[in-house]
Amino acid sequence: MNILSWIIYILTFLSVYVQVFFLITFIERRKHILIRDKRIELKEYPGVTVIVPCYNEEKTIAGTINSLLDLDYPKDKLRIMVIDDGSIDNTWEVIQEFEKFDNIEIFKKENGGKYTALNFALGKVTTPFLGCLDADSFVDSQALKRIMTYFDEKDTMAVAPSIIVDKPKNIIQGAQKAEYDMAIYNKKMLAFLGGIHVTPGPFSIFRKKVFDDLGPYRHAHNTEDQEIALRMQENHYTIEHCPDAYVYTSVPNSVKKLYRQRLRWIYGFVRNAMDYRRLFFKKRYGTLAFFTLPSGIISVLSVVFLFAMIVYNFINFVIHKIVEISAVGFHSSFVSMHFDFFFFNTKTIVFVSIILYTSVLTSLLLGRRMLEGKFRISFDIFYFMIIYSLIAPFWVLKALINATRDKESSWILEREVKTVKQ
Amino acid sequence: MQTQKQFDWKRYVIVFFITMGLFLTAFYISDYFSSKKLNQLQGIQDKISIDILSSETQYSLLSELSCKNISDSTLSSEMSELGNKLEWSQKNIGNTDEVNYLRKYYSLLEIKDYLLMKKISSRCGVKSAFVLYFYTTAQNCSECEKQGIVLSSLRERYPELRVYSFDFSTDLSAVKAMLDIYKIKDTALPAVVIDDERLTGFQSVEALESRIKQSFKLQEPITTTKKATSVKK
Repeated sequence: MNILSWIIYILTFLSVYVQVFFLITFIERRKHILIRDKRIELKEYPGVTVIVPCYNEEKTIAGTINSLLDLDYPKDKLRIMVIDDGSIDNTWEVIQEFEKFDNIEIFKKENGGKYTALNFALGKVTTPFLGCLDADSFVDSQALKRIMTYFDEKDTMAVAPSIIVDKPKNIIQGAQKAEYDMAIYNKKMLAFLGGIHVTPGPFSIFRKKVFDDLGPYRHAHNTEDQEIALRMQENHYTIEHCPDAYVYTSVPNSVKKLYRQRLRWIYGFVRNAMDYRRLFFKKRYGTLAFFTLPSGIISVLSVVFLFAMIVYNFINFVIHKIVEISAVGFHSSFVSMHFDFFFFNTKTIVFVSIILYTSVLTSLLLGRRMLEGKFRISFDIFYFMIIYSLIAPFWVLKALINATRDKESSWILEREVKTVKQ
Repeated sequence: MQTQKQFDWKRYVIVFFITMGLFLTAFYISDYFSSKKLNQLQGIQDKISIDILSSETQYSLLSELSCKNISDSTLSSEMSELGNKLEWSQKNIGNTDEVNYLRKYYSLLEIKDYLLMKKISSRCGVKSAFVLYFYTTAQNCSECEKQGIVLSSLRERYPELRVYSFDFSTDLSAVKAMLDIYKIKDTALPAVVIDDERLTGFQSVEALESRIKQSFKLQEPITTTKKATSVKK
C-alpha cells in the first residue's frame, strides 16, 4: 500500500468516526429532541429585534420582511430593522414600502459588507434579544416562539434554527436540500454536546449580552456567523439549536453560484479555524476543541485527498491507455470481459467506503426524520452524494489555496452573480 | 435542555472502538472474498491439472490413434482465463504467499501444457503456434506491459496462437530450467521465444505477426483459419 492509500484509510476512518460519534449521541439523547407541531404560548414575551441586512435583494426582500411580520409574536415586542447596505438596485424602494409599519425601521448606509450592516444596527438595539435574518430567507410563523423557549435556561446565550431549502427547483438545489436536512441532525447533536461552531445568518437569536460582553461582529473573512460562534465558545457561552424553528432559505441554483458560496464558507472556516487555532484540543473548550473543529479539518482534508486519489487513478489509467495505443494502435478489438464475480473489486477500501456512505446516509435520514417525522429516501440524496463528490474538491482546493495566499472570498461578488443572473 | 460542556473522554474511546470494529469487519469481509477467490483459482488449477494429466495419459494410451479426441481436449481458453484471474489477483490481492503459490503452480501447468500441445501439434498436425514470453515486474522492465498487450492482441486475432507467459522471478526449478535453455537474462526483458528462436526487447505487433506467420504457417486470421482447423486428420 502506498502513502496515499494510507492517508485515504486514515481519513476515511476519521470520517466514519465523526458519523458514529453523532449516532452514539443520537441514540443516547434522542428522547430530548423536542419537535412541537402545535402553537405554543410563552409565559412572557421578551423584546426581540430582528436585523435584516440586504444588498441588492429587490426580488426577495419583501418576502423576507413579510414573513417577519407574520411571526406569531406580540407586535409590540418585535422590532424589525432593515439595513440597506448600499444596494445599487431597487432594494431601497422596495423596503421603503414597509416604513409604514410601526415596528419596522429602515436604514440605508454606504456599502461596507454584511458585518458592517449588522454592527450598524447593533448600536441601535435596545431589546434584550436580537437576531439576524438574511434577505434571501423566510421564517416560519412559529419559529421565534419556539426559539425563545430555549432562553428559559439562563445559560443559553444563542439559539440556532433549522434551515430548510426553500422549494428546490433543480438538481443542484435538490442536492442542497438533502445536505441541509443532514445539517439539522448534525447541529442538534453538536448542540447536545455543546459544540456548535456556526450561528447561521438566517435567524439565529442571541441575548444582547453576547454583543455587550464580547463586542460587535467582525469581518471574519466574510463569515461573521462562524466567528461570533467561535468567540462565544471561547468564552464558554452556550449555543443551543431549536430543531423545530424552521427558516426557509433560497439556495444557489447553479453550480457556479454554489461554487462561489462554498468557496466563501470553506475559506471562512479555514481562516477562522486558523485565527482560533488556540482552541484546538484544549480540554476546557470540550467538544468544539476535540470534535467540531477537528472534524471540519478532517472533511476538508478528506475531500482534498479523495480528489488526489481520483487524479492519481485517472493518470494511471491514461498512462495505461497510452501504452496500449502505442503497442497495438487505436483499433485493437479487445474482447470485453464477460461478467464474472471474480473481477468484482473486493478490496478493503470498497467495504470501508460502503460503511462511510451508509453512515452519511443514516445521518441524512435521521435529519429528515427530525424534519418530516419519517425516514424518506429520495433522489435528492443521490444528487447530493454524486454532485458533492464531483465538485466539492474544486471549491475546497480553491478555498485552501486562497486561504494560504490570504485572498478573500467575496460575499459581494456572490451577490453580484446572483443579481446579474436573475 | 442540558448540554454537555465537559470533555467526555469515555465517549471518544467508545466511538473509537465502534469505528475500529466497523473497520475490522470491512477487513474481514475483504479477506473472506479474497480467500474465496483464491480457492476458486485453486479449483480451476486442479481441474486443469487433471485435464492435462488426462490428456497426457490418453495420448500415451492411444498413441496416434485418435488425434481428434485429444485436440478437442485442449484448454486454451481455460488457461488464459486462469492467467487473467491470477494477474488480477496479483494486482488486487497482492503478492501474498497464496497468490505466489498459485502463480508457481500456474507456471508449471503452462510448461506441461506447452510440452503436451507441442507433441500433439506435431503428431496430429494441428495448426498451432507457440510463443514463450518472459517478463518481469514493471519497475525492472518498462516495456513488459506493452509487450503483454501486443501478445494479448495477437492471441485474439489468432486463436491457434498459444502464449505462455513466465515471470522471470518465479522461484521454480522448472521455470529456471526454461530460462537456462533459452538463455534468458533479466537485463534483456521482455523476451519472446518463437520456435526456439529468442527475440529480446520489445517486439511490435507487425514484427511478431510476420514472425508467427512465417514460422508457424499461420497465414490467415480468424475467419479463414477456423475453416482450416475444422479439417483434421
